[in-house]
Amino acid sequence: MSGLNLNHVTKQFGNFTAVNDVSLSVPDGTFVCLLGPSGCGKTTLMRMIAGLDLPTKGSIELGGADITAVPTHKRDLGMVFQSLALFPHLTVGENIAYSLRIRGTPKDVQKKRVDELLAMIHLPGFADRSVAKLSGGQRQRVAIARALAISPKLFLLDEPLSALDAKLREAMQVELRQLQQRLGITTIVVTHDQREAMTMADTVVVMNSGEIRQAAAPVDIYRRPADSFVADFIGQTNLLPVVADSAGRASVLGEMIEGISLPTGAAKGLLSVRPEDVQLTAAGHGAIAGTVTFIRDLGGAIETFVEASGTQVIAVSSPRNRPDVSVGQSVGIRLDPATSVVLAR
Amino acid sequence: MRREPPQRLADYGPLFFPAGMLIVFFVVPFATMIAVSVFQREQGGFYTPAFVFDNYARFLSLFFGKVLGFSLFLAIAVAAACVVIGIPFTYLLSRSPRRIQIVWLVALLSILSLSEVMIGFAWSTLFSRTAGITNLLVWLGLMAQAQALTPSFGAVMTAMTYQAFPYTVLVLYPALVRLDPTLTEAARTLGASPVKAFFTVVVPALRNTILATLIMVFIFALGSYLLPQLLGRPQHWTLSVLITDQAIYQSNMPFAAAMAVFLVLVSLGLVGLALYAGQQRQAK
Repeated sequence: MSGLNLNHVTKQFGNFTAVNDVSLSVPDGTFVCLLGPSGCGKTTLMRMIAGLDLPTKGSIELGGADITAVPTHKRDLGMVFQSLALFPHLTVGENIAYSLRIRGTPKDVQKKRVDELLAMIHLPGFADRSVAKLSGGQRQRVAIARALAISPKLFLLDEPLSALDAKLREAMQVELRQLQQRLGITTIVVTHDQREAMTMADTVVVMNSGEIRQAAAPVDIYRRPADSFVADFIGQTNLLPVVADSAGRASVLGEMIEGISLPTGAAKGLLSVRPEDVQLTAAGHGAIAGTVTFIRDLGGAIETFVEASGTQVIAVSSPRNRPDVSVGQSVGIRLDPATSVVLAR
Repeated sequence: MRREPPQRLADYGPLFFPAGMLIVFFVVPFATMIAVSVFQREQGGFYTPAFVFDNYARFLSLFFGKVLGFSLFLAIAVAAACVVIGIPFTYLLSRSPRRIQIVWLVALLSILSLSEVMIGFAWSTLFSRTAGITNLLVWLGLMAQAQALTPSFGAVMTAMTYQAFPYTVLVLYPALVRLDPTLTEAARTLGASPVKAFFTVVVPALRNTILATLIMVFIFALGSYLLPQLLGRPQHWTLSVLITDQAIYQSNMPFAAAMAVFLVLVSLGLVGLALYAGQQRQAK
């Protein structure tokens, strides 16, 4: 099978299990984001793919060949480090040409390739500059160009944009995604920023405590989270307790809701409802009763905080559909079963 | 915080004490030495103030030229040996667990507490025929018969390298600890084997530190006068040995001072040359 395959990969540091039995299949040409809070094992997983750490158990295949024991320098990959790790004693051009020089590529071919890559990252004519004199965004681009110099089979980026300011980061996300689509290169990015993952990835792999919680397309992750961790980590969500009576009818915050059911046998669960799917209406008529406790008007969106049976529910609406409520007012909450997901508690 | 250049004389206050110490303990003695170097020696006595260049003229001979050449060669060889052994050693040390690092650093620091005399006699015992390391090799069956390794050039080199090695590590250590470990990892992902990554990234990135270490060990080794006497033959004696000989045993202060001044000038010239070469390569 081509592409990148991780088979039951486990990494232990002493008694600590950083990555626990992870299996993942990445088809050629896809853009995958490993997403999770710090310490979830995403960087360790990437370092094992790069060969900088060896798995305790399991195997890694690339293009059908087992590369678990192949040393890093024979893997033909490109990697961008969080610190960028540009070589301070080399110029921009020498940095980019490093992988070609190591492989004994003729000087004129090196020069041609460097010019090509500098044009690609929109820094033509920068070859003779010192890397110390570049701005953050320029250093970022040089690190990317250096990693792509040999046209690697696999492109790895470890928190590549974390050092940039918010605006530049968003621009670089779009640029990186466009670059990947143009080159069609299999790319794996480690990030803790869910917006970054949603912007760039074909597949988002959400990790926590060394395990994959869900691997799916960004929209699927957002719309159909696999568990409460994923629902809570990706975007904002309301996690509301669901209880079932003896007849199996489910109720949320004391109100029966049509179309929502718990898995057979389960008495308790959680309902994940995105704030933009929470509808505020007049009290009564089968709506969940609540009281408005706080309104946050962010200009582009209005967040209404409602307390219902001791649980806080957040509703988000656009200024066009501004809810006609004020703090202290009793309101009704309506949930649409089609946009809600029942999760195990 | 913005640092402004000192405005008033009082702003230079913190500099007065170190400047005073420098004048009392360095400038004045050195000036005295320069003065003495042009004084007239009195046979059987001390010296009388004068302004003659006889003392300098005296060592413009093949003999002193050879001794000077050997002194510089020995100092450069010791500096090179220290750096060649010291860089890989310190690199591995900076990448090892904290506890191992502390043990090694304490051991190296304790070498500094040993006087040159002790180091010299310890090595002359180790290199001797009766109690030396060759007995160990005989016992292991690697040698037929124990033999004396001293006096020899190798013995002088070994002891001087041993003595200068802690300084080498202490100068290299901070730079290597600060060196971003991802630099070598980046080199490996770009196709360099660990050894190649070391020579194409670690060594060039530390060029200035390495140059500074070379100069420091060079100057340190240039002043060594006991070890060449203890472990070497007369042809391994350095200019420092001759200076000691002239100053203490021949009581020819003006000649010793002239040699010392000359040695300082030559080593300053060499250091300047090394710095200049370093800057030229950086500007490239």
